[in-house]
Amino acid sequence: MSHSKSASIMDAGILWPAMGGAFRKLDPRTLVRNPVMFVVAIVSALTTVLFIRDLITGGGDLRFTLQIIIWLWFTVLFANFAEAVAEGRGKAQADSLRKARTETQAKLLAGDDRTKFKLVPGTSLKVGDIVLVEAGDIIPSDGEVVEGVASVNEAAITGESAPVIRESGGDRSAVTGGTQVLSDWIRVRITAASGQTFLDRMISLVEGAERQKTPNEIALNILLVGMTLIFVLATATIPSFASYSGGYISVTVLVALFVTLIPTTIGALLSAIGIAGMDRLVRFNVLAMSGRAVEAAGDVDTLLLDKTGTITLGNRQATEFRPVKGVSEQELADAAQLASLADETPEGRSIVVLAKEKYAIRARDMATLHASFVPFTAQTRMSGVDIDGSSIRKGAVDSVLAHVNQSTVAGGGARPGSDTVRDLQAIADSIAKSGGTPLAVERDGRLLGVVHLKDIVKGGIRERFAELRKMGIRTVMITGDNPMTAAAIAAEAGVDDFLAQATPEDKLKLIRDEQAKGKLVAMCGDGTNDAPALAQADVGVAMNTGTVAAREAGNMVDLDSDPTKLIEIVEIGKALLMTRGSLTTFSIANDVAKYFAIIPAMFAVFYVAPGQTTGPLQALNIMHLATPQSAILSAIIFNALIIIALIPLSLRGVKYRAIGAGALLSRNLLVYGLGGIVVPFVGIKLIDMAVTALGLA
Amino acid sequence: MTMNGWIQILVFCGIVILLVKPLGGYMHRVFSGDRTPLSLIFGPLERGLYRICGTSDREEQHWTSYAVAMLLFNLAGFLVLYVLQRLQGGLPYNPASMSAVDAALAFNTAASFMTNTNWQNYAGEGTMSYLVQMAGLTVQNFVSAATGIAIAMALIRGFARASGKSIGNFWVDMTRATLYVLLPLCVVLTLVYVWLGMPQTLGPYVDATTLEGAKQTIALGPVASQVAIKMLGTNGGGFFNANAAHPFENPDAISNLIQMVSIFAIGAALTNVFGRMVGNQRQGWAILASMGVLFIAGVAVCYWAEAAGNPLVHALGIDGGNMEGKETRFGIAASALFAVITTAASCGAVNAMHDSFTALGGMIPLINMQLGEVIVGGVGAGFYGILMFILIAVFVAGLMVGRTPEYLGKKIEAKEVKMAMLAILCLPLAMLVFTAISVVLPSAVASIGNSGPHGFSEILYAYTSAAANNGSAFGGLSGNTPWYNITIGIGMLMGRFLVIIPALAIAGALAAKKTVPASAGTFPTDGPLFVGLLVGVIIIVGGLTFFPALAVGPIVEHLAMIHGQTF
Repeated sequence: MSHSKSASIMDAGILWPAMGGAFRKLDPRTLVRNPVMFVVAIVSALTTVLFIRDLITGGGDLRFTLQIIIWLWFTVLFANFAEAVAEGRGKAQADSLRKARTETQAKLLAGDDRTKFKLVPGTSLKVGDIVLVEAGDIIPSDGEVVEGVASVNEAAITGESAPVIRESGGDRSAVTGGTQVLSDWIRVRITAASGQTFLDRMISLVEGAERQKTPNEIALNILLVGMTLIFVLATATIPSFASYSGGYISVTVLVALFVTLIPTTIGALLSAIGIAGMDRLVRFNVLAMSGRAVEAAGDVDTLLLDKTGTITLGNRQATEFRPVKGVSEQELADAAQLASLADETPEGRSIVVLAKEKYAIRARDMATLHASFVPFTAQTRMSGVDIDGSSIRKGAVDSVLAHVNQSTVAGGGARPGSDTVRDLQAIADSIAKSGGTPLAVERDGRLLGVVHLKDIVKGGIRERFAELRKMGIRTVMITGDNPMTAAAIAAEAGVDDFLAQATPEDKLKLIRDEQAKGKLVAMCGDGTNDAPALAQADVGVAMNTGTVAAREAGNMVDLDSDPTKLIEIVEIGKALLMTRGSLTTFSIANDVAKYFAIIPAMFAVFYVAPGQTTGPLQALNIMHLATPQSAILSAIIFNALIIIALIPLSLRGVKYRAIGAGALLSRNLLVYGLGGIVVPFVGIKLIDMAVTALGLA
Repeated sequence: MTMNGWIQILVFCGIVILLVKPLGGYMHRVFSGDRTPLSLIFGPLERGLYRICGTSDREEQHWTSYAVAMLLFNLAGFLVLYVLQRLQGGLPYNPASMSAVDAALAFNTAASFMTNTNWQNYAGEGTMSYLVQMAGLTVQNFVSAATGIAIAMALIRGFARASGKSIGNFWVDMTRATLYVLLPLCVVLTLVYVWLGMPQTLGPYVDATTLEGAKQTIALGPVASQVAIKMLGTNGGGFFNANAAHPFENPDAISNLIQMVSIFAIGAALTNVFGRMVGNQRQGWAILASMGVLFIAGVAVCYWAEAAGNPLVHALGIDGGNMEGKETRFGIAASALFAVITTAASCGAVNAMHDSFTALGGMIPLINMQLGEVIVGGVGAGFYGILMFILIAVFVAGLMVGRTPEYLGKKIEAKEVKMAMLAILCLPLAMLVFTAISVVLPSAVASIGNSGPHGFSEILYAYTSAAANNGSAFGGLSGNTPWYNITIGIGMLMGRFLVIIPALAIAGALAAKKTVPASAGTFPTDGPLFVGLLVGVIIIVGGLTFFPALAVGPIVEHLAMIHGQTF
């Protein structure tokens, strides 16, 4: 997948094929999907037939009629072109994906012996088949690793060339067809039949082949059809009004008025906007399984975010050493560093670094110290070192206390209830209350103090949550931590609520409760136990690194597996809806100017007073357009050109700003509502001047 | 325009606004089934009526049952009114010995009063017996108004309820609207009108000898009681042909003010009922404010046009505004104000002849009706009408803030948009199509009183008034022909039921939805921004359709007048 997010909206590779596409889409079966443009095509065809008749019988103002007809067809073609451009961008991506979907040979296994396989074409695999994939092989289809571990290059789908690890069991067991195993081997159980793989779905999604109208698009289409019908009535009754007033209006002029009045601008761009919305997500490396999901993203009221990785950096870090009374910070730091020298966990390393940075204690070499490392076990819940008969342990406060109590009764000062123990516990409590994790340190049965391990909240996340709050979105942090720690981190990160010691069931219940209140919930997850919650959520973003179950349950897949993206996904959803609304407003507001262009042009010949050349309604020609013909022609030209002019905006989308709904609405009303009234007055006048200068009318 | 004129307009607005809260609070209690002081008197009667109908105030209806009940009730009312007119010659209370009403006219009149239009292709004092006036027309004046209120209540419940199946009980809403709202207010108003000098008698017409010695028959009748409901229920059907311009129907400036206020009272108060039922009165005030903006704009233009008068008349050395067709006891301000009120609401009573207004002055009533009479509007009808526009406005605006549009926590989706568009579509359908046919139909054109654009306006006004269920006549058009009787009758039925049924469908759909709690992401619908948006949508969606028709009617007439051309 292309990562060139900066790729220009209009590049030649897309524009040329789109021009061909614009003509291909004149097929009535395609046109009928877009009612407004279908109507335009019908009246254009009608006018064309009448023109041909006039051509033969030799009546009417042929030059003028021909120009109107040309611009009527341009209106339809421009609409088709907009859609073709939007689709073109997806097609380009689909093509690069197709390259990954080459014919592969699969090593079908019959039994447990992995040397006995049969080479079969990848397309013949059935769900449940077990295949062997070795270094250098392309994984033939989607599946789940049932045995082994391998590094896999998933660049074909994610665009990320650094290999990822796929192993059996756990949350990294899913493999995608079309990706390549770089080292080792894995046994894969096939989970998708040929033609229904993730890659196939991606291709059809980005191509828009399966595109169905979303609920909101359907509602908007109904509005547009309704407006069209209203203007059918408004224009179809004009000939009789004209006849009463002693005049005559040609069909060409009526059609021109009709086409300019109906909401062609939004009608032409509506499907392009929808396709572009999906496409924006794709460029963002998120795959939406349906347009409905993108729309729902804009509506999200509650965002469930996992603490680790989304709100905080993945690992806790040591931030301070707090010795008990009678112990210096230096002594505690020294012991803690010694205990962590061989500890390869991020927490352990952060202790070494902190001691070095803050107390200038250099890391020492284990071997020269004759130290032996005592690793962490689930039973002891401690780790440490033994150096020449001396032992240092660090670990959970209660484990260390138990250890001290048990091993050195004579150690003194460490008895339960003693001042030192109470002091240690007080320190540990205060750290826990602040959201940190206390790590007790002892040396030879003597309690030294506590290391403060802290969850580091990601930089800038607080501002993001404040922004979300302005959008009206409530954020809920999900964590396995205890409530006290969770509360402290929640306060620091600025989330609205948190769910502590969360089990998958709790998550599911939280989603259901929110939904019962009428709210839409978005979440992301990767594990199999996230699957029910992902399926229940209105927007469920599965991480690409996740399990097959999770990917099946979600309605979006994040190829980068970055949970923070949920926030941008919401913004993209909102931008999609905003673009629709803004262009609808613009389209409808344009009608004011068009009336003032065409009505005087049509009606100026009525009730001409004796001695006058034009009738009283010429006074409505406030734009002072040159002639009735030039006025009508200018209006229809403007109407067609505005479609082209707005293609970039509809593809890019109206930018969402987290400034509160009221401010956003007044801003957009000003730009697209008021702008929609003013722009065509200026545009039609300019076109009229050009048309007159060129002698077209 | 004079200071005095504007003071009259402001006094009127002030009184209407002062009445909104008390009347709204009272109606809210009534329709919630709470006890009111009048429960003592009407409670037993109310429960008795429910027993007769085989229903109870605890029984609720799905929107379809509600709609069927409403249609059956209206059909029955229509048939009774039709038969009464056809048989009036042989029925009692007919001192002036009126004969049976012609079939087409009887159809037109029955449709007219059943739909709360009160378009009158007849002169009341010369066509209808007292029995028809009281048992037929006045009864429909009550129940057609009550139907409008009932529909509005059903739609309000749609917004106020969450995940519900029912939208209320038509019979209960009807009964309560009539017994607790219309009847008591009318009793009070009737007494006031009688005190102000309106006749209220079942006696025969009086013969008087004029100063020249000629004999003149002075029509009388139970005028005060009919005027009370004609205004309060926004019916507008005059007892006399001259309607509220007749001194017996509208004796002086005080009665004029009371009548104007009573046209708007219930419609304006319904916005408050709405606010109370959805739990935020500001929502109601915002709607009323939108109506107010459009109303004041209309009054300003109409009053200005009438006060400015006709330059051609000025050229003859006669200064001042346009007094043609106006009563001297009301003057220009009160006549212009009355004209705007009566067409903003679906009343249709007139105290001056709209036909004689200047072109622009007469265009304002036309526009008011073409917008669907949503500026306060007919009792109930105006409110459910403006809700259709609100749904469209909220739909477009909601998208612009990046969410699936919602109003008061209800998501506005395909079904609501479809129904709202249907309701909005039916008005241009009836108004423009019938006008378009009539202006080229020689027999129909023969009925108009003036040539040129003014004659066009007369026909346009007739169908506009019919489809909007207004009932006021521009004058000049002789509407009592089979063509006009039937097509205007159809226009009235379309304008009424093609709006009501979609409105009820929306009520049903909304009631079934969950209510989404508001957040910072939902745009506020109780502030000035919403008011501005709604006004814009009403003008652009509701009004632009009629621009071509207005251009060849009043607009060209006005422009021609400036150039010294009259028709």
